[in-house]
Amino acid sequence: MRVDLEIVGQLIKPKSRILDLGCGEGDLLHFAKMKKQATGFGLDNDPNNIQTCLEKGVNVIEQDLDSGLTNFDDNSFDLVIMTETLQAVSKPEQLMKEMLRVGKECIVTIPNFGQIFCRLNLFFSGKMPVAKHLPHNWYDTPNIHLCTLNDFEELCRKLEVKILTRNLFDQYFQPNKFLTIAPNLFCSHAYYHLKR
Amino acid sequence: MTRPNKASVGLVQPEVFSYYESFELCSGEKLPSFEMVYETYGTLNDKKDNAILICHALSGDHHAAGYHSELDQKPGWWENCIGPNKPIDTNKFFVVSSNNLGGCGGSTGPTSPNPNSQKPYGSDFPTILVKDWVKSQKLLAEELEISRWLAVIGGSLGGMQAMQWAIDYPEQVNHAVVIASAAKLTAQNIAFNELAREAITSDPNFRSGDYLESHTQPNKGLMLARMIGHVTYLSDDGMDTRFGRDITSSDSAEAGGAKFEVENYLHHQGTSFTRRFDANTYILMTKALDYFDPAKDTNNNLSEAFRNAKSKFLLISFTSDWRFPVARSREITDALIHADKDVSHIIVETDKGHDSFLLPIDRYTKALSAFLNQAHVTVPKDLSVL
Repeated sequence: MRVDLEIVGQLIKPKSRILDLGCGEGDLLHFAKMKKQATGFGLDNDPNNIQTCLEKGVNVIEQDLDSGLTNFDDNSFDLVIMTETLQAVSKPEQLMKEMLRVGKECIVTIPNFGQIFCRLNLFFSGKMPVAKHLPHNWYDTPNIHLCTLNDFEELCRKLEVKILTRNLFDQYFQPNKFLTIAPNLFCSHAYYHLKR
Repeated sequence: MTRPNKASVGLVQPEVFSYYESFELCSGEKLPSFEMVYETYGTLNDKKDNAILICHALSGDHHAAGYHSELDQKPGWWENCIGPNKPIDTNKFFVVSSNNLGGCGGSTGPTSPNPNSQKPYGSDFPTILVKDWVKSQKLLAEELEISRWLAVIGGSLGGMQAMQWAIDYPEQVNHAVVIASAAKLTAQNIAFNELAREAITSDPNFRSGDYLESHTQPNKGLMLARMIGHVTYLSDDGMDTRFGRDITSSDSAEAGGAKFEVENYLHHQGTSFTRRFDANTYILMTKALDYFDPAKDTNNNLSEAFRNAKSKFLLISFTSDWRFPVARSREITDALIHADKDVSHIIVETDKGHDSFLLPIDRYTKALSAFLNQAHVTVPKDLSVL
């Protein structure tokens, strides 16, 4: 299991009902089901991911996040999770609003585009940054709405979302004391626990 | 057996379940007794917890897999999914496939003798709804001492039966697989069924449905009904890929004698259908499709209809299916999500239209296989106490 999923997994309360947006191979839901007796659904639109979810017995709905979450009721999930997916959707603001509508709480994790390697990369090479946490070239990246921590927190303020906790990690998904000195400069991945 | 396909259940024999009591239908009418033809593949285990029910669609029957004789040219209609090491794996599962009441595969239907008159039922055969089929399949399950299905599976009209099973007998369906189906037909879909019915009933040989008495068959009408239906089961792209504008005869188009491949195909489909199908059954089955609407009893709230269901659901839809489009499966999925049921929905990309559910499409069969494998390993522990 990926380190990032393990970290999110620890935030899942027992027997909660969760919705995982861009659930990938269903690792998180499988963990939540097995270890926390949680129920819920994963949304994805990649056939291989969906097949792997079915093999694990994870409920998976083939659905494009860009088409919204209109099929889910207000407050119908204890937790809505979106790991490293917000940057890949066409309308991140709209999707954030939808997440906060259907979930009592949300966890959003983002790769930080303001991280120092990205900045240096752009500054010195004059090219779109390619870093360990953002490994794609500009022409084949699924990430069409990259942001920095400051950008994301600004959006949270605009949407009047409370940030309950923020966890910072380096490019190896490790917490690191230097990160807190200047999060937007050093952090590669950030985890936000949000509430309306 | 020297069949080229080694992964077949091989030679199979249909069996007959006879129910000698009066069977009340949703319409209020009663069948004084009935016979139901069915086949089974695989072995029921000691715990009797590995049984899967296959529900057939409009033109299907109980013969879902294997061959009836060494001379059979064609296997059962779902041979590509049922058999050893296939998605519905007969090494693991005990598969039951019945011919629906009102059918023409041997179960009591419009061609059977009416005990009151000793003549074929014909037009006197009562209206049968999906709910009636499920009720009769329940009696078959009791006969086979199956108290709970590991899964009920069906495509199209068969998917409706799988849903009805999960609604009517929530304790007895662990998993429901609903393929290329709908919670109710749209006006357009009903319209296509009416075209088919009209084709049959306007054939002079139909004789108000009592054609068997006069030893005639409304073959022309039934053929046309099947041709109309068949067009709607394929997609524009699929037909174009398969037939294009290919011409079969040597006559030139200018002379007006040219026949397109697609015309031949439709005629062949229509003609061969009349050899194996009964016109009254066709009408009855299309009516059952039209009337299916489980949400009708719950204020048109489909979620509410599923409220007591306990099955884990798998919905499968196909992108080019315009008779039972992806959106219809989404409606079912959304209702199940709203009712907080376990549900998965996959949307398979294909140009094969509604017929996809009968075809060996890789993604589809793999998903079915994965879901049933999970079903196999997650048999609830409390099963033995039921």
